[in-house]
Amino acid sequence: MSTSASEKIPFLRDPAKLAILYQFLTLTGVGLLSYYLVHNTLINLERQSISTGFGFLDREASFEIGETLFRYTAADSYGRALAVGFCNTLLVSFIGVTLTVILGTFLGIARLSSNWLVAKLSAIYIEVFQDIPILLQLFFWYAFFYEILPSPRQALAPIPGIFLCNRGLIFGIPYWHEAYKFAFLAFVIGIVVVFFMRKWASKRQAATGQIFPVVKVSLAILAGLPLLAWWLTGAPTKMNVPELAGFNFKGGITVSPEFTALLLGLVLYTAAFVAEVVRAGIQSVSKGQTEAAISIGLKPGQVLNLVILPQALRVIVPPLTSQMLNLIKNSSLAVAIGYPDFVSVAGTTINQTGQAIEGVAMIMIVYLIFSLSTSAFMNWYNKKIALVER
Amino acid sequence: MSDLKRVVPAVIAAFCLTAGVAMAGTLADVKGKGFVQAGVNGDLFGFGKPDEKGVWKGLDVDTARAVAAAIFGDANKVKFTPLTAKTRFTALQSGEVDVLTRNATKTLSRDTDLGLNFVQVNYYDGQGFLIPKKLGVKSAKELDGATVCVLPGTTTEQNVADYFRVNKMKMKPVVIENTAELSKAFFAGRCDCLTSDASQLAGIRAVAPNPSDYVILPQIISKEPLAPAVRHGDDQWMDIVNYSVLAMIEAEELGITSKNVDEMMKSTDPQVQRFLGVTPGNGKALGLDENWAYNIIKQVGNYGEVFERNVGVNTPLMIERGLNGLWTNGGLMYSPPFK
Repeated sequence: MSTSASEKIPFLRDPAKLAILYQFLTLTGVGLLSYYLVHNTLINLERQSISTGFGFLDREASFEIGETLFRYTAADSYGRALAVGFCNTLLVSFIGVTLTVILGTFLGIARLSSNWLVAKLSAIYIEVFQDIPILLQLFFWYAFFYEILPSPRQALAPIPGIFLCNRGLIFGIPYWHEAYKFAFLAFVIGIVVVFFMRKWASKRQAATGQIFPVVKVSLAILAGLPLLAWWLTGAPTKMNVPELAGFNFKGGITVSPEFTALLLGLVLYTAAFVAEVVRAGIQSVSKGQTEAAISIGLKPGQVLNLVILPQALRVIVPPLTSQMLNLIKNSSLAVAIGYPDFVSVAGTTINQTGQAIEGVAMIMIVYLIFSLSTSAFMNWYNKKIALVER
Repeated sequence: MSDLKRVVPAVIAAFCLTAGVAMAGTLADVKGKGFVQAGVNGDLFGFGKPDEKGVWKGLDVDTARAVAAAIFGDANKVKFTPLTAKTRFTALQSGEVDVLTRNATKTLSRDTDLGLNFVQVNYYDGQGFLIPKKLGVKSAKELDGATVCVLPGTTTEQNVADYFRVNKMKMKPVVIENTAELSKAFFAGRCDCLTSDASQLAGIRAVAPNPSDYVILPQIISKEPLAPAVRHGDDQWMDIVNYSVLAMIEAEELGITSKNVDEMMKSTDPQVQRFLGVTPGNGKALGLDENWAYNIIKQVGNYGEVFERNVGVNTPLMIERGLNGLWTNGGLMYSPPFK
């Protein structure tokens, strides 16, 4: 009797079935809503005879872009123009995130320094840069470059072959030669060798207690192997040196004021936040840990590297991820100071084609891709360093 | 960023727009709310910018006022929405504004793809180059290798790229959204030259630390017929905006000004009588009062007055009539007969 009663629970009282029902209803609701929005948009666009779709990506863009990582001219397509913008955003974000983490870590540790002056200077830096809106900082750095630096014809040349003027930092690069390919290859091999050497060194240390000078040897391998390859394959030294021609410098590489101002603004601003994250992380490790580490004879550097940072990182990584995402998203402020990032190129595209919905959708998707891949990487890293509980 | 803040609501508006709002009946809609919502530049001296007292001034602003005068008999029944080059068309498409008088170039693709209708041109412009005198450049053909400051979001970027391609020259654009920020960078020497419509160059030069240090090169590299725009699909509204502009041109040709319009009401010239509604017909045809044209001229002025007041040789812009003169004086301003 009891079994038959338990088998016949009314549908609306069975939590498992109800859960499925609710999920189904929610899904239907969301589906209907999105159908309504898309359908309504399409109808409205058609009524106003606005063309839709992504067909414009193949059309000729016919506008120039100031900075490109690969060959692009006005005769290329909108798709290629957007790819240029994508790479520019990627470049400034990648370099920005890397520098921010380094500078932020340094500042965070400095703020906890026992040296009064170092700690106070770091604290002042953090407070000042945290409190000024990023857009103002960008305008400041950009104005700094074009107001202070001279015109190309009066360019500063701190070191022969390197020029600093209001068109940016211009310096020579070597002409292309096969040797650089081999040097690059040697560098990659160096990374692999260093990776295995570190594994071997930590294994040996665990087994015998002997310490291998990993850092010094790694640096020697990473610098030495490419140099050796370059020397063996002909040691070319011919340089593409910039020269003043007409309005501007020809040859060499130009790092534009827009890029530098954007990078500087983003890094200096975000590093202040990262510094606080790092400080919080370090302070979360109890003082007893430091004392215990010192008492077993570790040097201050080892205390930080072997005891404190591994524990602090668990606290640091999640908020650090969100600061990285902030930097990436803030890079869209580039439009204000003329760096051709994705938003800037997409803006021109929207204006020339009039297809705002497609353009804004692409901007959203691109930032989503950047953010999700950063999060995914950092989550993986977070898992890797998480405390393994047994 | 201010653009994204504007684009996004406009896009959302496009999502949510219920069918019908943007369609026929703009006149009824405008009469219902009691004012014309006009999209203007907001930052361009001589065309659309509030003065130090907050009063909107400019050629485009006066064009919008003319529309209000025609409909309500009161040139002040107009509200202005400042729009950037990027957001202006979306704002019009989504119904945020009723008419766009924001120095927009009439082009084929905008007239078709964007779902807009451009009416009578209220300013014939062309893109040129502003350059520091000390560079010693006499012609735009000498600009090979130049760094060019460009205001984005217009046909400007395309025109300058086309010009350099055709002349087999290389350029490096620096594209900054904000006119003030771009001008500062240019005056500080970030670029060799600045390109935009010649009228804007005159405006930018007027605010230079030392205006006489800069010249506008003689080459005009594009045709920029700047015209007010309305949405596709409301012919009556388009007629009203179109003839409001034309009325100012026709009045100049007929010799009617804001000062003598009351005397002209007594004129025996049948053209003037028809124009001012003494002989009725035109107003009814447009769905307006018979004295619509009278109200425009009385409250806003004829085209010549509006031009001289906002951009003419006695303003800091110092622009000659040139192409914007009446056809009888060798310009392009020509109105069909008002009958």
